[in-house]
Amino acid sequence: MALFNKSEKAYILLADGTVLTGQSFGAKGTVIGEVVFTTGMTGYQETLTDPSYYGQIVVQTFPLIGNYGVNREDYESTKSYVSGYIVREWCNAPSNFRCEGNIDDFLKEQNIIGIHSIDTRSLTRKIREYGVMNGAITTEDVFAKKDELLKLIKAYTIKDAVHTVTVPEKCEYKAENSKYKVVLIDLGYKRNIREELLKRGCDVVVVPDRTTAEEIKAIAPDGIMLSNGPGDPSENTEVIKNVAEIAKLGIPIFGICMGHQIMALAHGAKTEKLKYGHRGANQPVIDLALDKTFVTTQNHGYAVLNDSVDTSIAEVSHINANDKTCEGVRYKNEKAFTVQFHPEAHGGPLDTSYLFDEFVQLMEEK
Amino acid sequence: MPLRKDIKKVLVIGSGPIVIGQAAEFDYAGTQACRALKQEGLEVVLVNSNPATIMTDKAMADKIYIEPLTLDVIKRIIRIEKPDSLLSTLGGQTGLTLSMQLAEEGFLDANNVKLLGADPLTIHKAEDRQAFKDTMEKIGEPCIPSKVVETIEDSVEFAKVIGYPVIVRPAFTLGGTGGGIAKNEEELRDIAKNGLRLSPITQILVEKCISGWKEIEFEVIRDSKDNCITVCSMENFDPVGVHTGDSIVIAPAVTLTDREYQMLRTAAINIIRELKVEGGCNCQFALHPESYQYSVIEVNPRVSRSSALASKATGYPIAKVAAKIAIGYTLDEIINQVTGKTYACFEPALDYVVVKFPKWAFDKFVYAKRTLGTQMKATGEVMAIGTSFEQAMMKAVRSIELGVDSMNLKKLEKLSDEELMKKLEEVDDERSFQVYEALKRGVTVEKLHEITMIDEWFLNKLLNMVNLEKWLADGELTEEKYLTAKNYGYLDSTIERMSGQKCPMHKQAVYKMVDTCAGEFKAETPYFYSTFDEENEAKQFIERTDKGRKKVIVFGSGPIRIGQGIEFDYCSVHCVWTLKELGYEAVICNNNPETVSTDFDTGDRLYFDPLTKEDVESIIATEQPYGVVVQFGGQTAIKLVKHLSDMGVRILGTQADSVDAAEDRERFDEILEKCGIPRPQGHTVMTTEEAVAAAEDLGYPVLMRPSYVLGGQNMIIAHSEKDIVEYMEIITRTMIENPVLIDKYMMGTEVEVDAICDGKDFLIPGIMEHIERAGVHSGDSISVYPAQTLSERIKNTIVDYTKKLALELKVVGLVNIQYVVYNHEVYVIEVNPRSSRTVPYISKVTGIPMVDIATKLMFGATLKELGYESGLYPVADYVAVKVPVFSFEKLHDVDTMLGPEMKSTGECLGIAHTFEDALLKGLVAAGFDLKKEGGVFITVRDTDKQEIIAIADKFSQMGFELYATAGTAGVLNRNMIATNHVNRVSEPEPNAINLLESGKIHYVISTSEKGRLPARDSVKMRRKSVERSICSLTAIDTARALANVLQTGRTIDDVELIDITKI
Repeated sequence: MALFNKSEKAYILLADGTVLTGQSFGAKGTVIGEVVFTTGMTGYQETLTDPSYYGQIVVQTFPLIGNYGVNREDYESTKSYVSGYIVREWCNAPSNFRCEGNIDDFLKEQNIIGIHSIDTRSLTRKIREYGVMNGAITTEDVFAKKDELLKLIKAYTIKDAVHTVTVPEKCEYKAENSKYKVVLIDLGYKRNIREELLKRGCDVVVVPDRTTAEEIKAIAPDGIMLSNGPGDPSENTEVIKNVAEIAKLGIPIFGICMGHQIMALAHGAKTEKLKYGHRGANQPVIDLALDKTFVTTQNHGYAVLNDSVDTSIAEVSHINANDKTCEGVRYKNEKAFTVQFHPEAHGGPLDTSYLFDEFVQLMEEK
Repeated sequence: MPLRKDIKKVLVIGSGPIVIGQAAEFDYAGTQACRALKQEGLEVVLVNSNPATIMTDKAMADKIYIEPLTLDVIKRIIRIEKPDSLLSTLGGQTGLTLSMQLAEEGFLDANNVKLLGADPLTIHKAEDRQAFKDTMEKIGEPCIPSKVVETIEDSVEFAKVIGYPVIVRPAFTLGGTGGGIAKNEEELRDIAKNGLRLSPITQILVEKCISGWKEIEFEVIRDSKDNCITVCSMENFDPVGVHTGDSIVIAPAVTLTDREYQMLRTAAINIIRELKVEGGCNCQFALHPESYQYSVIEVNPRVSRSSALASKATGYPIAKVAAKIAIGYTLDEIINQVTGKTYACFEPALDYVVVKFPKWAFDKFVYAKRTLGTQMKATGEVMAIGTSFEQAMMKAVRSIELGVDSMNLKKLEKLSDEELMKKLEEVDDERSFQVYEALKRGVTVEKLHEITMIDEWFLNKLLNMVNLEKWLADGELTEEKYLTAKNYGYLDSTIERMSGQKCPMHKQAVYKMVDTCAGEFKAETPYFYSTFDEENEAKQFIERTDKGRKKVIVFGSGPIRIGQGIEFDYCSVHCVWTLKELGYEAVICNNNPETVSTDFDTGDRLYFDPLTKEDVESIIATEQPYGVVVQFGGQTAIKLVKHLSDMGVRILGTQADSVDAAEDRERFDEILEKCGIPRPQGHTVMTTEEAVAAAEDLGYPVLMRPSYVLGGQNMIIAHSEKDIVEYMEIITRTMIENPVLIDKYMMGTEVEVDAICDGKDFLIPGIMEHIERAGVHSGDSISVYPAQTLSERIKNTIVDYTKKLALELKVVGLVNIQYVVYNHEVYVIEVNPRSSRTVPYISKVTGIPMVDIATKLMFGATLKELGYESGLYPVADYVAVKVPVFSFEKLHDVDTMLGPEMKSTGECLGIAHTFEDALLKGLVAAGFDLKKEGGVFITVRDTDKQEIIAIADKFSQMGFELYATAGTAGVLNRNMIATNHVNRVSEPEPNAINLLESGKIHYVISTSEKGRLPARDSVKMRRKSVERSICSLTAIDTARALANVLQTGRTIDDVELIDITKI
């Protein structure tokens, strides 16, 4: 509804045939994706640049987006991976000392199709009730080719997500006071995972998703980090197979989000798609060992099934306080632990960054 | 950990009378806490001196003491009740300070009472300036360079080190009382002196002034397992320098990137962990606008005004959760009531924004200094929820009842550009409107930011509104324009006025739910706000939960202000409870975040929206109620009655026509004539000339007031033509379009009656008599139940008149009538066919549930059926004295002299078996330090000189040393009462000011012919008394009553404490 953001009409078409009318911002055209909502009230820039959103059209439940503009410093990767962006209102006069531009220009530059003046609450409730739904944003006449578009929407699936977003080749980052070397297996990693490691004196070697145990062994790292990433974890069969081998190297492993799921799958557990996922910065997670609850930032549509974890080799270490889904696994005979949430934050609370310390601790013990 | 087994009986200390800085939010918090404790099966003992609260209601606690909140009284209650625990963190600063003193003295340990909520060490670390600084330093949280000092010289010394400007903050004072910004040594000496005196431990903090930084607050909760969450962030529109209670606040914070947000959130959590608060805590930060640099400003280790706001802004019940944590529960065990599925251990996600707007009393105190600083001045606030800042801001500005429906303030339009820019540099209550005016005149956002340091984000949003208004005024009012304006929160009537055209269509508001989770989970919170989208969640909710019950809407009373306080919330809430009991669906509409009525589980549904005709129309359209109740929400609700009635909505109880008959002078006169009831002669005028003529006809003095009165707003006694001219000038300036009433002023005994009528029979629970004679506003008078000096004949006449008026006005429900008894005759002053300020206290003392009965009568019950005889109810066993409480120390330049314009912000009650004991209790509760020795300084107007003789004699006989100015001293000395002569303020030193500063004076009795103007001698002298915390009596009757109480020789320790649940 921003008065001076008035522009041409844009539409959302959902898989159930619903058409929502709003106004265009960002790039123009038509895009199809999986429509998901995130409830974070800050951190829209981090969301836009988080590779885990690959293939998804993101709905912001907070109505005022772009208040503090955009800046290079807060990118979580080199570009935006979302397919489309849905907001109620974007701010054309952002204010912050680090602001370098507004979100409309950012989306245009990234060629992301956005739509504003949408009742995002109504849309969110719809997704909540029906579950994650495919949909499209278009700046073209939606009614003219609705059926055709609907067919495409219904047929849409996110495929080869991890392999699409991963780095093409190995790259290294030196820490200031380097004490350890960590291989970061890039399944779509957020920059702050790397930063948290560098901060703790770990040189980071980022490697592509399908790097094998052999190749990693050759690097001789002190620890292995399995990153977050987009899409259905189970489709990454090669990565899963590799990780099963990597786990046997005896090197400490820390997995986050997709990394957590891949690790579980590599150990015979199963994952399932959640009705509408966990996306936001306010998800309560219980650390069962500490019997404490932490507020975490999350972004995932799949979860490891609690009862599929083989208790002879691993145990569920964290659960979501709301729906009790698996939020972490600790491996019994390996120096490995994984979490579903994002201890690296960006955006969201920093309350679980101590997990990086634990990872460093594991490397030290080795 | 579940409920602690060692807790069975809990003492809860309330926050006492409403004063600036400590308002209705603590009734809300206390009520929530009491309910939470009772739900756990605990026995609750409550003490609070404020009778207008819901927490002092029989339903809220097992034992209730409406007693003075002094250390000795609390100790006696502990000895009587033997509670095993004391809950310290829900009664504001008052409750916390008392709890801490009890703990530090070892009294709690000695009596086996556990302190719940916060331990003394926590409180000490948070509240003692030096301890706080040390604690912050220890955990690496930056504080503003500052030093705790105990002398003026030390403060000056330190200021030299850090440089001016500096801020002075006294330790342990409410709402920053006694603080201020000093730009140079002279100012510092002045402020430091005052601050040191006001601090109970003679301690002030001198700190570097960081005005202009962003002010950000976090509400944090922690439990015994060390689980920590932040409920809400809030950002002040006004940067550091303006007290957060006086700032427009937006939630959540909007100009912070995730980095800055998480940095401050983490700091807040680190702080609460280090302080080991178990429960709620408020952390205030200053954030440099151009860097990551920040400072911790203040931490409140308790439930606060901000936490009430955060609760309402998010739907997260902070006080309830804090109470449960205090008795042993942890956050992961407490269910989130809103979703019913998730737990309290999470952080609410908002999908709207909230704007809080303060309500100041400057419309009443025309001569008060309006500048805002570190000392809070607002009496109340409103909150507005919207899907955009503009929408929430427009709602807030309508809710605040300033007589405006947009950010345009007429009087600012008249200012020259220079005048306007000059005003912007001083910071006062109208700053947001001044900024708006400047934007309208083309001043750039950059320039305004430079002057005010208000973030450009806010300024640009206001600019959007300015541009929208220009667009509306330019050319045809298209549907596009109309709908855009609706989304921006503009009313149809505003759009029509601004565009000069009829609206092309009408868009009805729809309602969205406040659900703590931004729609992520299914919620059943019956808490709604309006937007202009398509989907109506309220309507869906109503359909989904329909049990076939009739719906009744109760309109609340809006922001707390002088003249319309928490009493009306008490009435609204009681009405809702009764409606539920009767099997109706009770719906509340209100906009005050501090109150119990806006707790989402008070009614069956809550609409948090402005209370204007158009806003209310949409609610009616969604609810389709059986009827509406307007008589409990003060003037705010009653103002809606005509409109609602015209819309064809069923008004429950007294009809719109009766309200009009009581307010319309001519119609009311006809009724009085018909009933044979006399009233002081009077006229209705529109112009100054008419007013002067009318006054001459009636003979001076005359009482002047606007025809629509709220708490005696703008009411004066005029003694001369000059007064009339001055008054008419003020009243026309504050854009009052209604006529002005001029009455003959009769100086008699004022009597007040609240009656309940069913259309046939009537019930008077009691007659109240005021200690101060007519001329002092009823809200500022000490009110005594039952009447002490009236003869049977007079009482019978009052009963008779009340009956006639109630029946003639066709009252169904409550009616409040004020009488004056003059020369043994009864005259009617005013009739209000609605609930009044005195209803809660009379209900509590007489045991008659007035609102409950009134509500039942609205649905056709009769008094007879409910078991009440018609007439005056037999007198209770107790005498109850209501004593007003003022906030003068926070309002500079306001004359403390009592008059027809109400000035008190709150009240206390004293209940005892005799009048003297009740008065004694009431005075002590109101903060009178009833010393039995010292000096009394008397300076009274000529008309009071005869009466003061006997009073002075009493003080003299008790051994007080008397001082008086020339005239008064002459009269007293001639009457053989030894009195020292003192020079007036304007006379050479040593004069009255020096005397007051000497510390010799304990009581001041001061009346003057004229007041108000800050430059007058008498006003200066009374202000000085306030600043020196000297008991100041400005009505001859109050002075006499006080002398009588002192003469009894009794102290509060001699008076029995009364559990009112046994009445």
